[in-house]
Amino acid sequence: MKTDTIAAIATAFSESGIGIIRISGEDALKITDKIFFCKKDFDEWSSKKNRKEIEAKKFSLESVKTYTLHYGFIVDGDSVIDEVLVSVMKAPKSYTAEDVAEINCHGGILILQKVMELLIKNGARVAEPGEFTKRAFLNGRMDLSEAEAVMDLIQSKNEFALQASVGQLKGSVSAVIKELRREIIYEIAFIESALDDPENYNTDGYDRKLSCILENIDGKIRNLIDHADDGRILKEGIRTVILGKPNAGKSSFLNELLGEEKAIVTNIAGTTRDVLEETIKLGGISLHIMDTAGIRKTEDTVEKIGVEKAKKYAQKADLIVYIVDSSVDLDESDEEILDILREKHFIVLLNKSDLNMVVTEKEISDKLRNLSASHESSYVDRYSIIKISALKHQGIDEFERTVGRMFFQGDVSFNSEVIITSMRHKEALQEAEESISMVQKSIEAGMSEDFYSVDLMNAYAALGKIIGEEVGDDLVNEIFEKFCMGK
Amino acid sequence: MTEFREKADVCVIGAGHAGCEAALACARIGLQTVIFTVNIESIAMMPCNPHIGGSSKGHLVREIDALGGEMGKNIDKTFLQSKMLNKSKGPAVHSLRCQADKAEYSRSMRMILESQENLTIKQTEVCELLFDEKNVNDNKDILRKKKIVGVKILTGGIYECNAVILCTGTYLNARCLCGEAITYTGPNGMQSSTHLSEALEKAGIRLRRFKTGTPARMDRRSIDFSRMEEQFGDERVIPFSFETDPEDVQIKQESCYLTYTNEETHDIIRANLDRSPLYAGVIEGTGPRYCPSIEDKVVKFSDKNRHQVFIEPEGRYTNEMYVDGMSSSLPEDVQLAMYRTVPGLENCKIVRNAYAIEYDCIDPGQLELTLEFKHIKGLFSAGQFNGSSGYEEAAAQGLMAGINAVREIQGKEQIILDRSQAYIGVLIDDLVTKENTEPYRMMTSRAEYRLLLRQDNADLRLRKIGYEAGLITKEQYEYVCEKEKQIEKEVARLKKTVVGASKAVQEFLISRGSAPLRTGTSLAEILCRPEFTYDSIKEIDQDRPVLSDAVIEQVNISIKYEGYIERQIRQVEQFKKLEKRIIPKNICYENISGLRIEARQKLAKHMPLSIGQASRIQGVSPADISVLLVYIEQMKRQSDSE
Repeated sequence: MKTDTIAAIATAFSESGIGIIRISGEDALKITDKIFFCKKDFDEWSSKKNRKEIEAKKFSLESVKTYTLHYGFIVDGDSVIDEVLVSVMKAPKSYTAEDVAEINCHGGILILQKVMELLIKNGARVAEPGEFTKRAFLNGRMDLSEAEAVMDLIQSKNEFALQASVGQLKGSVSAVIKELRREIIYEIAFIESALDDPENYNTDGYDRKLSCILENIDGKIRNLIDHADDGRILKEGIRTVILGKPNAGKSSFLNELLGEEKAIVTNIAGTTRDVLEETIKLGGISLHIMDTAGIRKTEDTVEKIGVEKAKKYAQKADLIVYIVDSSVDLDESDEEILDILREKHFIVLLNKSDLNMVVTEKEISDKLRNLSASHESSYVDRYSIIKISALKHQGIDEFERTVGRMFFQGDVSFNSEVIITSMRHKEALQEAEESISMVQKSIEAGMSEDFYSVDLMNAYAALGKIIGEEVGDDLVNEIFEKFCMGK
Repeated sequence: MTEFREKADVCVIGAGHAGCEAALACARIGLQTVIFTVNIESIAMMPCNPHIGGSSKGHLVREIDALGGEMGKNIDKTFLQSKMLNKSKGPAVHSLRCQADKAEYSRSMRMILESQENLTIKQTEVCELLFDEKNVNDNKDILRKKKIVGVKILTGGIYECNAVILCTGTYLNARCLCGEAITYTGPNGMQSSTHLSEALEKAGIRLRRFKTGTPARMDRRSIDFSRMEEQFGDERVIPFSFETDPEDVQIKQESCYLTYTNEETHDIIRANLDRSPLYAGVIEGTGPRYCPSIEDKVVKFSDKNRHQVFIEPEGRYTNEMYVDGMSSSLPEDVQLAMYRTVPGLENCKIVRNAYAIEYDCIDPGQLELTLEFKHIKGLFSAGQFNGSSGYEEAAAQGLMAGINAVREIQGKEQIILDRSQAYIGVLIDDLVTKENTEPYRMMTSRAEYRLLLRQDNADLRLRKIGYEAGLITKEQYEYVCEKEKQIEKEVARLKKTVVGASKAVQEFLISRGSAPLRTGTSLAEILCRPEFTYDSIKEIDQDRPVLSDAVIEQVNISIKYEGYIERQIRQVEQFKKLEKRIIPKNICYENISGLRIEARQKLAKHMPLSIGQASRIQGVSPADISVLLVYIEQMKRQSDSE
């Protein structure tokens, strides 16, 4: 059983600077020790063959003084993950009043993710939203006056995490998980019905049948675990929203990026009425792109909803791509879009540069400068303007380079919640897989059916966490719905 | 109307299975107790099925027995047939079930009640509860606005008392339905109780309506048993009670018979559904899904072309046979037609009709885990009145309500069994904490820690609590302590004793189809192999001590299932952490702005005892629990600083 030691990424994500992972709990130092080698041990370890011996007597964070900083390496098996500094704060004088370790990594998303996974593998668990603060308060490290704020923080962080968890999950994945849960609960209900009414339901040969069913379920769960990191499960990446007037060429641009005709492209203004979503890799960077309806004053209710939605998405976006039809003059709809861009990172694409251009780069930058001057709030100064032609496949390369530059300069970054969500999902999937293999072990050992239920139920509950569903009375309901009980 | 006054410590209303256990518990601990029943002939009556026990219900009976209740002892004296169910499964789901001689069961229980010191039986209808709304002297308890001081009976008399236990079963405002024929009676044609409901509502108790049903009873002479499968009891009968001498229960058993419905039966039912009060919408109450009427089975499981029907004796001195599996509220003519399509029942004669019964009961969310009403000091309730179903569930609650009524009066700490201690704990926690929309029946799947809550170790789990409650003698308790010691000692010996790979040992293993040893192995490890039991490895374990069968059974289970048992013990430790975090009674959920509104309402309604209980309330999320923890810490620090 896992200890109650928690870990989370304590800093915001970006490709630059330092990223900190915080671990708190009784086993915080013990767990960190399992993956941390101080410089001296590391040198010996990497040069010699008798690694087991070195590992056995290596330097331990548990033995160091509180408030000390240690230089070394995070190691996973034979490979080095990162060069780090670990600070140690021992109970009770730490943020949470428990033993705390903070690993200062080299900020990269992948590295932080990898280190988190190692910690989880070694016995920590992903912290619940707001859990560090909760522990700090409960352990007397925060003032009484802060109680209200702590409670609000816990509730709002949880709500956000729940939304993120369900909202980021791809529809197809959530359907797979629902189907897996349906299969599992049916089997538990059968077992329990047979135990409850043994004269009515016979379990002869059931163990073999269940074993086959579980093999199939296990395969599907493992498939999900394998794909947990590559964006096929979560809509991850930089949230990029495409804005523009109707028929500016937003959908053509998206199709150009995707290399397939997914958005409906016509020359009738207002074809994209909802929001299309797609994840693409552009020069190694994931973009989660949302193509929106064109922004214009409209009386069409369906399209109106689309426009409202576009505005909402834009507000949450990490990056906005504003597409301008350079063959027609700017109008009041463009003014409305420029208003949305305030305080945002964005790229202006002057599309249809193959036609007669009436809107120029200078016109746009002048306009932005004037707007900045006349308003209190300003436009982020590191925006870019690029000429493209979606139709003639021109300017796409420059767009890619621009996105890369913005990302590595730290102007745009991931939403960190996606990473945490993905980690929680993976943790839950692994839990479910473990439980299923426990059942398989029980079957192999010749245990009777009643031993299977507990682990099957754990698997059911773990999968439920991913889609935000609790167990409740599901089992009893399934029994009565699917099996005819009662003499 | 002439008024008279009597005094008692406890008044128990109703003498069914809950009432009997409640009254016996109170009187045995030493309090003056009066038990009221509308008809003295109905003491411990079994108006529905003729068995005690069964899957998970057998566990309840064993637990009742371990705590000092009567049900197990009484059925051991009056059973007709006994079976241990699920013997091919793990020990956690073995369950005893006995066919009872209904009349004998009732007669025997009445005898126990009549000969019990401190206990008076009174045949009358209680129609009013008397309260004191001023002197509720308990400062810690801000909820309780009034205290019970007595009951008033229909003829005008008053019984003053300090506690009342409501065990009214299915009698409150009961009505029975058989097709178009509706009678306003309790079960089995008994007089119903029509005055108390109003009194309860006046006292602020919320009532609701449930329904249940029972099948027909037939004349044994009219049944052709040659067309059915005969069902026998176990060859070696195991008693329910830990006190019963196993030799006393090796009696000549009666048989039951198995037959099936068929498409013809189902056609008749389908054709007459419009005459079923259930489907015609005449029945308002919510019925149980686990014990559906035959019309429910046919409608809901239309793909099944037959359903099991068990024909079971009602007693040794009666011709009546119970038709298990075919309860119904269809009119009598339809009943007769449908029963007569079943093989063996072609010429059946019905003695009593099947009927459905509707009755008033409460939403048990109004109770504490002690079964005392949250807002009325001294008022307890148990059994079907609490929205449960089944004789065993009723008896279990009756016993706990009795124990806690006594302790309330004596000013002792209440006894609450938690979900890791007993099925009784699961039963009461489910009733009080969860939203139940139908009569609640025990099931082994409801117990999270069922591997620990076995029927075979109920004495080890609960004797101590029975002793503390005053229902178990010192000798009985010490007997269990000694048993526990012997088990521990023997388990330790088996783990310590290593047998070498000697010729004798290897030959023994090979002859039993078991792999030979590679190295010295402990007896415990050998016992873990699925092919062995404690008894079957005797040959390679020469120096074993003489132990009772009961001890050997425990040794066998604790070694063979050690890995699973230890996992559950660890889960229980986690569970206990939250159960131990008690929520202050003066908490005001409306003021906790950090909680979501739904959580505030649910928590205010249930007033959970602990954080653990709060976490089981539907509509309270893990985030709400975190917020609650912070709030309680805040309360604590504020009161510390004052």
